Amino acid sequence: MNYVEGAPIRDTKAPAGPIEERWEKRKFGAKLVNPANKRKLNVIVVGTGLAGGSAAATLGELGYRVKSFCYQDTPRRAHSIAAQGGINAAKNYRGDGDSIYRLFYDTVKGGDFRARESNVYRLAQVSVNIIDQAVAQGVPFAREYGGLLDTRSFGGAQVSRTFYARGQTGQQLLLGAYQALERQIAAGTVEMFTRHEMLDLIVADGRARGVIVRDMVTGEIERHVADAVVLATGGYGNVFFLSTNAKGCNTTAIWRAHERGAYFANPCYTQIHPTCIPVSGEYQSKLTLMSESLRNDGRVWVPLRKGDGRAPGDIPEDERDYYLERIYPAFGNLVPRDIASRAAKNVCDEGRGVGPGGLGVYLDFRDAIGRLGRDAVEKKYGNLFEMYERITGENPYDVPMRIYPAVHYTMGGLWVDYDLQSTIPGLFVIGEANFSDHGANRLGASALMQGLADGYFVLPTTIGDYLAAGPFGEVDEEAVAAAEIKVRSRIDRLLAVNGTRTPDSFHRELGKLMWEYCGMERTEQSLRKALERIPELREEFWRDVKVSGTAEELNQVLEKAGRVADFFDLAELMCLDALVRTESCGGHFRAESQDADGEALRDDETFAHVSAWEYSPEGEPVLHKEPLEYEYVKMTQRSYK
Amino acid sequence: MNLTLKVWRQSGPSDAGRMVTYRVEDVSPDMSFLEMLDVLNERLILEGDDPVAFDHDCREGICGMCGMVINGVAHGEQRATTTCQLHMRHFEDGATITIEPWRAAPFPVVKDLVVDRSAFDRVIQAGGFVSVPAGSAPDAHSIPVRKEDADDAFDAATCIGCGACVAACPNGSASLFTAAKITHLSLLPQGQPERLSRAKAMVDQMDAEGFGGCTNTGECTAVCPKGIPLDTIAQMNSDYLKANAK
Amino acid sequence: MAVTGAVMVIFLLAHMLGNVKIFFGRESFNAYAHGLRTLLEPMAPYRLLLTVLEIVLVVSVVAHMWAAISLARRARKARPVKYVAKKSQAGGYTTHIMRFGGVTIVLFVVWHLLDLTFGVVNPKGFDSTPADRMIAGFDASRWWVTLLYVVAVVMIGLHLRHGIWSAFQTLGLANRARYRALKAVAALVSAALVIGFLAPPLAITFGVIK
Ligand SMILES: Cc1cc2nc3c(=O)[nH]c(=O)nc-3n(C[C@H](O)[C@H](O)[C@H](O)COP(=O)(O)OP(=O)(O)OC[C@H]3O[C@@H](n4cnc5c(N)ncnc54)[C@H](O)[C@@H]3O)c2cc1C
Ligand code: HEM
Ligand code: SF4
Ligand code: FES
Repeated sequence: MNYVEGAPIRDTKAPAGPIEERWEKRKFGAKLVNPANKRKLNVIVVGTGLAGGSAAATLGELGYRVKSFCYQDTPRRAHSIAAQGGINAAKNYRGDGDSIYRLFYDTVKGGDFRARESNVYRLAQVSVNIIDQAVAQGVPFAREYGGLLDTRSFGGAQVSRTFYARGQTGQQLLLGAYQALERQIAAGTVEMFTRHEMLDLIVADGRARGVIVRDMVTGEIERHVADAVVLATGGYGNVFFLSTNAKGCNTTAIWRAHERGAYFANPCYTQIHPTCIPVSGEYQSKLTLMSESLRNDGRVWVPLRKGDGRAPGDIPEDERDYYLERIYPAFGNLVPRDIASRAAKNVCDEGRGVGPGGLGVYLDFRDAIGRLGRDAVEKKYGNLFEMYERITGENPYDVPMRIYPAVHYTMGGLWVDYDLQSTIPGLFVIGEANFSDHGANRLGASALMQGLADGYFVLPTTIGDYLAAGPFGEVDEEAVAAAEIKVRSRIDRLLAVNGTRTPDSFHRELGKLMWEYCGMERTEQSLRKALERIPELREEFWRDVKVSGTAEELNQVLEKAGRVADFFDLAELMCLDALVRTESCGGHFRAESQDADGEALRDDETFAHVSAWEYSPEGEPVLHKEPLEYEYVKMTQRSYK
Repeated sequence: MNLTLKVWRQSGPSDAGRMVTYRVEDVSPDMSFLEMLDVLNERLILEGDDPVAFDHDCREGICGMCGMVINGVAHGEQRATTTCQLHMRHFEDGATITIEPWRAAPFPVVKDLVVDRSAFDRVIQAGGFVSVPAGSAPDAHSIPVRKEDADDAFDAATCIGCGACVAACPNGSASLFTAAKITHLSLLPQGQPERLSRAKAMVDQMDAEGFGGCTNTGECTAVCPKGIPLDTIAQMNSDYLKANAK
Repeated sequence: MAVTGAVMVIFLLAHMLGNVKIFFGRESFNAYAHGLRTLLEPMAPYRLLLTVLEIVLVVSVVAHMWAAISLARRARKARPVKYVAKKSQAGGYTTHIMRFGGVTIVLFVVWHLLDLTFGVVNPKGFDSTPADRMIAGFDASRWWVTLLYVVAVVMIGLHLRHGIWSAFQTLGLANRARYRALKAVAALVSAALVIGFLAPPLAITFGVIK
């Protein structure tokens, strides 16, 4: 696949001046919509996760007329529900030296200098309001005996700034947003459409004006028009088939918007989480994350000897390789996610992996149990141990856990400016669906923060600046009809193939291919191979897929087929993006770009930019570069040794 | 493992529905229950049959989307476990397994094992929230909360809205679900201003949806994947009676 | 449900205590029966208070039954399609026999009134003292009456073992800290009632009281 380079792109919305004043300035500079007018302005929000749920509720509170969509049977089930660990905020309640500036600094550095400073700074500023908002809604964060909020240090951060609600922070935050949303539904400001899947974006006269959705129960294709559209449809990690994402997570909404003109930024940035339960067989349908907090007390090791078939208990101390402690003496088992993941892959590639297929490493609590006692370990990790045992049938108090990295989060997404507006006027993108503030690597507990910052605080302000010029009047009927026809003909095409392979079997094959060639470690050769294989597989898909049933009913096979079809197109762009970016940075590791110790080597000369891809129907995507400048945080090579 | 499945098939709300028997072979004990159904469905698709429709999403026991009555027990006999977290190692080779949807009038069957649980959303709409518009909240530390209250509120707040309690209840009551939300907010200082009106509105909505009355049988808490305790129902009744006494 | 149930529980307790008086001799028992009728005399006319109590009781029984029937009807409406297979998970069989038990109890109460209050089916007829009726009613020759009585009282015991606890829960008086205590109270009261009610008839049947 070839590409052409287009004109550079820039964010024109972030005000200049001292970084701490930019958000205030932007808020003041944004046009206001007069309250009486708000009732005449319609906004569509697709997605009800932390980002979409909070945005729809807040827009409703402000008086806009909102339509909200999700594919689940209720907004409360968006995949944000699964987040375990916690949410960061620069509250400095502990007085341990945290500050907005430090959270900003850590996030820019953690993102390997591939995020925008202005955005990240705003994120850190707004983080404190999120906690206030959530607590007022009744989110039951963990507390100390004095009645104040508890925090912990997470993902290797040196300050304790992560607020949490046992292992269910995402659930509790999402229920807060969901309840706010239901309140607006009852108030009549938000109209909710559950079991509705967005299949296309309506763009008319250069503006995003609505969506085409399919009612997943009746199969009816519906048109919804509005003055602005917000996409909050989450991440696309499921392009790898196996990931920690929910089964329904997809790229359809953002991919169709991309096809309509929204640029796709940094598609190749993928986060691989180091502590997931390994694959147990071919039938595996998804991977389960084990909280990263386990690395606080568990020690990671593999046998020294290749193909050592002994039970872990029979391997003596001096024949074990605690490789993280060995290679990274300063951080040990607590190195960042990307580093821990790659190290696990390396030892498994050497043939020292454990468990089925040699794809696993031990996470051992023997020493922690010896040191703290079994009760203390149980108190801290009891529910995680139970979850592990439920899935694997093994008891981690007796046998070390087996873990392996798995796809977890996608930093890439639709390109947005400081106002969170995409390259299509009137199309806003929030949460994991945008290319976000995390650069090339997201720090633990920062996605929840970003989703809620976007939804509660940033978007509701910035969208007003756009809507102040509205309402935008009737929508061009031709544009609506064209979008609808496109959706219908695609569904008809899928049903017409009537081949011999299920959508899942294609998805599985695509996922394996992506994991192997565009996973934890990428090379020019592997990426070229993927770029050769993907079009072949896609061609086979459109020739041989079998979709049973009809379009006029609840048809889960049809839903799946549509999503897999979009994953093919996205996969190709991911590989292209990975191929073009010949440096290593954050979650993107190019084997050709490493230092003498095998660590990721950035190339700031050539690649200190965002890669924003423009879709071109003729086939050759156009690459627009957004240069990144660092005025506050000095670019350095990350080191965790 | 080889299994015989008796699965409820119903093509739509107007179809009467029936049990249909399938054989599934070569099931691995490490498979999850839903992965076992995936295997069946892949085969049905290729045979040109309609695969069994069932709801699921996270497959890690937290979204509350999955749910079926397995051998007469909501989410199956494994305690405190959602259907997606149930694994085949708990079944015998050669077993016959019956699989049915949640059965309750307020949860009409959409197709096969998929039911419509939007009644739960309407119960929340009636008052399952604290009215605080974004941006209006005071500093999070301005109101300390007793740790015990925060912990108890959390226990109630873990409800995933799966509906197993309704499915298991011989009365088809939604009391455990409704009580979990009422209790969560009732135990926190932030929930006090709307406490009684919330309880009244939510209970009245629950009744209006057509759920049955509670007779404290405890079937709900026994199948609840999150072990929501029965005393939430006492809390709900207490708030409700107080609201009505006013 | 809970309120009417509670009224009946209190009645049963009083009734049971009265019954036990038979152990202190016929006179004692007759005096109790007479005392019931002349309660608060001369402030109130003969039988007034007892009649009021009886009305409250009848209203309670009717209201309780009405509540039970409407709960059952709601339950049926809430689950129009039955499960093909359904297994109970909550330990405790008592919850499942509430309705069945209730019906048994009603049938029994009807018999019981005909037998010992109105004497219609009692060998001694209506014109006899309460103690005579009781002793004749449970004569060893009428062992099946005693058996019927035993079954019914055990049913009541089971009904209340769940019912008393359930009433606390329904009235919002239960919480996690009190659960064990409340369940124990329910079990204890039920047991006391069963023993208290069964002692006199069994004693009569086995000839301890003549
Ligand atoms: C297992 C796990 C654990 C995590 N733990 C943490 C953590 O501890 N801390 C942290 O900060 N982050 C964590 N993350 C990341 C974080 O949870 C997510 O990035 C974040 O919640 C995404 O929120 P969102 O609102 O953008 O999207 P989502 O919550 O994924 O919501 C997407 C919404 O879009 C809807 N949707 C999608 N496609 C369509 C379509 N085509 N049509 C209609 N609707 C559509 C869905 O119905 C859903 O409502 C975790 C992620 C995972 C997978
Ligand atoms: C005469 C003696 C009776 C007494 C003392 C009694 C007492 C009680 C009590 C205390 C409760 C608990 C209330 C609650 O859960 O809210 C209860 C519940 C109930 N009673 Fe009775 N009752 C009696 C007779 C009956 C009769 C005659 C019937 C039937 C027609 C009946 C049917 C029920 C039912 C269905 C319940 C609902 C509770 C459940 O099913 O768990 N009871 N009873
Ligand atoms: S109370 Fe338990 S069973 Fe009922 S909906 Fe909530 S989690 Fe499910
Ligand atoms: S699929 Fe989410 S709880 Fe089972």
